[in-house]
Amino acid sequence: MSEPAAADRTEKRSGPIIELVGVSMKFRQQAVLRDISLKIERGQTVCIIGESGCGKTVMLKLMIGLLRPSRGVVKFDGRDLSTLKEKEIVQVRLRFGFLFQNAALFDSLTIFDNIAFGPREHDLFDRAELDQVVLDRLQEVGLPAGLETKKPAELSGGQRKRVGLARALALNPEVMLYDEPTTGLDPIMTDVINELILQTQRTKKATGVVVTHEMKTVAKVADRVVMLYPLTRLEPDEPQIIYDGPPERLEDHADKRIRQFVRGEAGERLRELSQGRE
Amino acid sequence: MAVAQLPVAPEAAGPPPPSTPVHRIGERVLNVVAEIGGLAQFAGTTISWLFSRAPRWSVLVPNFYAIGVQSMAVVAITGTFIGMVLAVQAYSQFEMMGLATRMGSVINISLVKELGPVLAATMLAGRVGSSMAAELGTMRVTEQIDALSALGTNPINYLVVPRFLACVLLIPLLTLMADFMGVIGGAFVSIQLMKVDSFYYWYHSRQYVGSLDLLAGVFKSYFFGAAIALISCHRGFHSKAGAEGVGKAATEAFVYSFIMILVIDFVIGILWNAVYYAIWPNATGLL
Repeated sequence: MSEPAAADRTEKRSGPIIELVGVSMKFRQQAVLRDISLKIERGQTVCIIGESGCGKTVMLKLMIGLLRPSRGVVKFDGRDLSTLKEKEIVQVRLRFGFLFQNAALFDSLTIFDNIAFGPREHDLFDRAELDQVVLDRLQEVGLPAGLETKKPAELSGGQRKRVGLARALALNPEVMLYDEPTTGLDPIMTDVINELILQTQRTKKATGVVVTHEMKTVAKVADRVVMLYPLTRLEPDEPQIIYDGPPERLEDHADKRIRQFVRGEAGERLRELSQGRE
Repeated sequence: MAVAQLPVAPEAAGPPPPSTPVHRIGERVLNVVAEIGGLAQFAGTTISWLFSRAPRWSVLVPNFYAIGVQSMAVVAITGTFIGMVLAVQAYSQFEMMGLATRMGSVINISLVKELGPVLAATMLAGRVGSSMAAELGTMRVTEQIDALSALGTNPINYLVVPRFLACVLLIPLLTLMADFMGVIGGAFVSIQLMKVDSFYYWYHSRQYVGSLDLLAGVFKSYFFGAAIALISCHRGFHSKAGAEGVGKAATEAFVYSFIMILVIDFVIGILWNAVYYAIWPNATGLL
């Protein structure tokens, strides 16, 4: 498999690569997303921000077809995911890379086997090529050779995140989904991960969707920011996306809710929380 | 074949449903029916994957080792002691009636038809079923199962099918080992400790324990293995978050598997006897 495949595929087609049309999501009685419509253009890096529990991760999982919406349509490259067969869904997923919040490395496998997992399952490379791909990916994310024989439990949080990123990149994806990539990391490691996101965006021309609370990450990597607000704090007719635009306009936005989040100010939240209003 | 989680019902407008005792009972009944339906669907998906894509050897072998090889010691010890306990408990009664030499037939037929298969399955449910549920439950709550799907791999094919195959294919061998060790344990106590005549002990055993009895035990063990694998993996896949959720999944895996082992044992016992007496209507009893 040739390396620049992702960039080639991205350049050949037009129109949004991911599109959500009127998407609502509900778990039992709890509604998480309501009537979300969003287009993500090719090559763009979109940061999705918002308070905990507002449905950011659910949105990422809808994009890759790990969840199906209660209502509405999720499209990838113009195709409605709900109409795809098993094999077609697999082909779509192979065009994605997903860095999970806690990396979600397979505990029972070595670092090598974790990174090689996707290509090996889909017979993308022969053995020698696969060895080289794993070493290249480790090098790309700044991990030393020799680490590949260890198990995930032997690594630090930052190393696990980088192995998770290496695993996601092993399939040479067109779209990278990052679920809180810097949560729980020290400031230096946070910046390392941010640099890696930028590097992926520049060298692989991959579209990026980053769910994060970190405004430093937003400032560094985002071309566009989408802010979600928790449904529990919205009126029935209010839209759930309260901001969709460039990162520069966030800081001094007229909407108090956006300013508060960006500046990390509790405001009236503590009093509301103590009154049981999540 | 569904890979993603099942869709959730669209939002319903209107007031929350009323909550009376009748509603709560109804809700529980519906939950039980939904659980059984979910398990049936899970089993169907597992079996359909069994025929559509064979698991890799590199995935199968560790599962066979963990489920089969590592269960051998515990199954052997259980089988031996059950045989010995049967002999100890039976001896005084049989001795009183002057039928001590016939103990072999009762001990061995109990072992090969019932106790060997049921105890091997129970030990497997306890040792392997709980462990599978806990492992898969942890994978669920740490998003490793989602990671498999995100990498284009079906989690049922990768995680459940190898465990299912290992349980179904290896439990007959574990059953045979439990039978063998039980027979040896029973014979040791009867002949060496209780001084029952060895010739007549084995003579009566041979007379009343046939290959069909052995086959009956092995036959139902396949169903026990399938039930243990499916129930345990299903509980693991539907584990709730946190240590408590994973612990509950492990406990439920054992409890539900054990109940299902007894139900299957009862049903197959009735069916086996019906078939047996239909073919051999004049078959004699043990004594």
